[in-house]
Amino acid sequence: MVNLTINGIQFQAETGLTILQAARTQGIYIPTLCHDERLVAHGACRICVVEVKGARALMPSCSTPAAEGMVIETQSPTVVEARKEILRLMIENHPLDCLTCEKSGNCTLQNLCYEYDIKEGGFNGKKKNYPIDDSNPFFTYDPNKCILCGRCVRVDNELQCTGAINFIERGFNTHVGVAGDREFDNSVCVSCGNCVSVCPVGALMQKQPEKFRYWDIEKVRTTCSYCGVGCQMDLLVKNNKVVGVEPVDMEPNNGLLCVKGKFGYKFLNHPDRLRTPLIRKDGVLKEASWDEAMNLIASKIKDFKKESGPEAFGALSSARCTNEENYLMQKLFRAVIGTNNVDHCARL
Amino acid sequence: MTNGINELLGSDVILVIGSNTTENHPVIGSKIRQALKLGTKLIVADPRKIELSNDADTYLQIRPGTNIALVNAMMHVILKEGLENKEFIKERTENFEKLEDAVKDFTPEKAAEICEVDPEDIRKAARLYAKAERGSIVYCMGITQHTSGTNNVMSMANLAMLCGQIGRESTGVNPLRGQNNVQGACDMGALPGTYTGYQPVIKPEVAEKFAKAWGVEELSLKAGRTVSDMLNAAAHGDIKMLYIMGENPMISDPDLTHVKHALEHTEFLVVQDIFLTETAELADVVLPAAAFAEKDGTFSNTERRVQRVRKAIDAPGLAKADWVILMELMNKLGYSKTYNNPSEIFEEIASLTPSYAGIDYARLEEKGIQWPCPNKEHPGTSYLHKGVFARGKGMFMGIDYKYPAEMPDEEYPMTLTTGRVLYQYHTRTMTGKVEGLNKKVPESYVEINPDTASKLGIGNGDKVKVSSRRGTITVKAKVSDIVEESVVFIPFHFAEGAANMLTNAALDPGCKIPEYKVCAVNLEKAV
Ligand code: SF4
Ligand code: SF4
Ligand code: SF4
Repeated sequence: MVNLTINGIQFQAETGLTILQAARTQGIYIPTLCHDERLVAHGACRICVVEVKGARALMPSCSTPAAEGMVIETQSPTVVEARKEILRLMIENHPLDCLTCEKSGNCTLQNLCYEYDIKEGGFNGKKKNYPIDDSNPFFTYDPNKCILCGRCVRVDNELQCTGAINFIERGFNTHVGVAGDREFDNSVCVSCGNCVSVCPVGALMQKQPEKFRYWDIEKVRTTCSYCGVGCQMDLLVKNNKVVGVEPVDMEPNNGLLCVKGKFGYKFLNHPDRLRTPLIRKDGVLKEASWDEAMNLIASKIKDFKKESGPEAFGALSSARCTNEENYLMQKLFRAVIGTNNVDHCARL
Repeated sequence: MTNGINELLGSDVILVIGSNTTENHPVIGSKIRQALKLGTKLIVADPRKIELSNDADTYLQIRPGTNIALVNAMMHVILKEGLENKEFIKERTENFEKLEDAVKDFTPEKAAEICEVDPEDIRKAARLYAKAERGSIVYCMGITQHTSGTNNVMSMANLAMLCGQIGRESTGVNPLRGQNNVQGACDMGALPGTYTGYQPVIKPEVAEKFAKAWGVEELSLKAGRTVSDMLNAAAHGDIKMLYIMGENPMISDPDLTHVKHALEHTEFLVVQDIFLTETAELADVVLPAAAFAEKDGTFSNTERRVQRVRKAIDAPGLAKADWVILMELMNKLGYSKTYNNPSEIFEEIASLTPSYAGIDYARLEEKGIQWPCPNKEHPGTSYLHKGVFARGKGMFMGIDYKYPAEMPDEEYPMTLTTGRVLYQYHTRTMTGKVEGLNKKVPESYVEINPDTASKLGIGNGDKVKVSSRRGTITVKAKVSDIVEESVVFIPFHFAEGAANMLTNAALDPGCKIPEYKVCAVNLEKAV
């Protein structure tokens, strides 16, 4: 344990935490942009700087270990001025099209500029003018909005481990991209969208089939319905429609998804979804009511059972359905119909 | 899986065999690669040069259907060089002599001929795995979908027990389950021989317990039919009614001509699904179901973690959640039990299933729990077989290598193996309706080695006729050295150019898995 004082609050923190982590245990908020709990901090954006008594310069709280006896200020005038300066530099060459940017409301840069009253860069700096890469079917990359926080690059290389993107060029021209400055679709990128999920601004954005702003959204936590990894995800819901998916940083996926989990939800609203029961009449499937369909099934079950006994029935249950549904399927066939002819495509 | 997914990060050697992890379980693929960055060594055995083969310390490009030869030779090396875990074998296993006998003559040279790999690589792989402090095996359908599937699985257990690589953290045998809730469907007793939690239907005391709980007089003590059996029985008229929920055997099953015949001969076919699948098109009654985002429930993932599924939106039109449909049908048939919410069904499951007994929706609210979880205070179980196996002592099996049911010959000189790709899923019921995914992989194709392609005069993108004893399909050629000269690969997802028109329905005698992974085919350029 180490003894710390942050903003006048004295407390004990576990040994081995950074200042940021120690502050968070007390609910003390320090802004971050490039920080990702899953990665070793590298202090790139410096928005998280704090004042440590006795230190000559401001320290990035994400990468500075909390040491015994430290006295720390997270909101002193020096700290606030430093953060303002960083933000001014960031928006100096950032396109200020927040009015139409889909990220609005969920953009860390926008939120911080609001918090620190930054309206413009004030340096009249050059704007960047890169082409937008929309080659990937699921997301776009607008390098002009990139603040070079590096989260996408690190997630792609250190967590997703595909290594499709990196920083290219240096100085003012530094930008994120695929080696050789090719397009995303012309790279080893596997479209997992894990870079998109961590981008704090509107540089890496999902292609939207329909428009939504973050404040329109309700989040529902659930489990991916594709493969057996069972990734945890939040469905973003607007007007009874799923409009996006975000990974959750918990077991088993720790904030990662694959292309199916991240972007494969659009079948939900597909016009071909079955909407009514169908009954075959004169060789063709025709729309029917639930009552008709269920009565027909029930009467067939009764007839066959009388004629041929319970072994004349078979059920294929489903690895796609829930536990509760699989349970009811086998219960229906075992308890109500009387056969163990129940299986599913586990082997397939 | 005997171990949790994240335990892979702590393994110092991982053997990936018959699993294209980065495409089929992508997030586990990423975790394996994270482990490599931490210093874990990787062995990969697969007929295709899958992505992970590039990261492997030892890569064995074995012929399809030769897993047992490889593993027997690895065990031969381990015994010959004294690398086995003698203490583990003595304390925790039995029947060791059988294994010694079976692998005595199985030299790496012998296996190398069968698998068509370098015998030195077999030795390297054996040493790496045996000497590991914490060795993990990861496998998937490349192990199970063979006529020797059961034996393949037992071989994995043999190898792990021989080296004592089981029953500890980050140390175990990890089959990856294909579909999201295969684990749960099995756990729930959607199997012909078991009730929930693998309680056998043939045991009178088990049947009695369920009969009592369900309020019925008696339950059948006769094990039921498997999928393949049911389809055969339907084709012969012995099964009159089939009820298919959320499955599409018209794409997923082997020898589709036979499947179609069987379903057409079923007197009354009910299909319950979210789309009018190829199977639903043959039905007498189709029931519209809710998709995962439209209902509450739980899935159990491949590491036995029971997790919540939550309703986010309403189902379209008159569609209903599968559990509601099933309950209403039960009620209509005179069985009056009702449930207001899936949580009530879950309580019933927990009351009848010791491994789920401690789990309830309140506990699942925050995060998932890995079974076995015998009581409400139990935190769940990350890894299995700690200290003792479920059956007491681990049983070694002497397993002889057998060739796949169908081998290449003059008429059908090539070996076809099938599988999945990243951008599609199973029979495409869902992914086929997602534009971007279809843009990535729009249609079926056959991977052909460049040398083979040039011998047959086939260029990249050409149409190719692929035939087996069961049928012929025409698909696009994808010329790539991902496969060896005598092997071709076709993804099974597509209705058009369906790989399962070709595959062999020959079954593993034990677990009745069809041999999707090996059959003999002939290739010619389509005109
Ligand atoms: S989508 Fe995935 S693979 Fe592609 S660049 Fe982003 S993180 Fe890397
Ligand atoms: S694209 Fe986004 S995540 Fe990547 S460096 Fe730029 S701002 Fe950061
Ligand atoms: S997001 Fe991908 S890896 Fe995760 S469960 Fe879904 S399909 Fe599997």
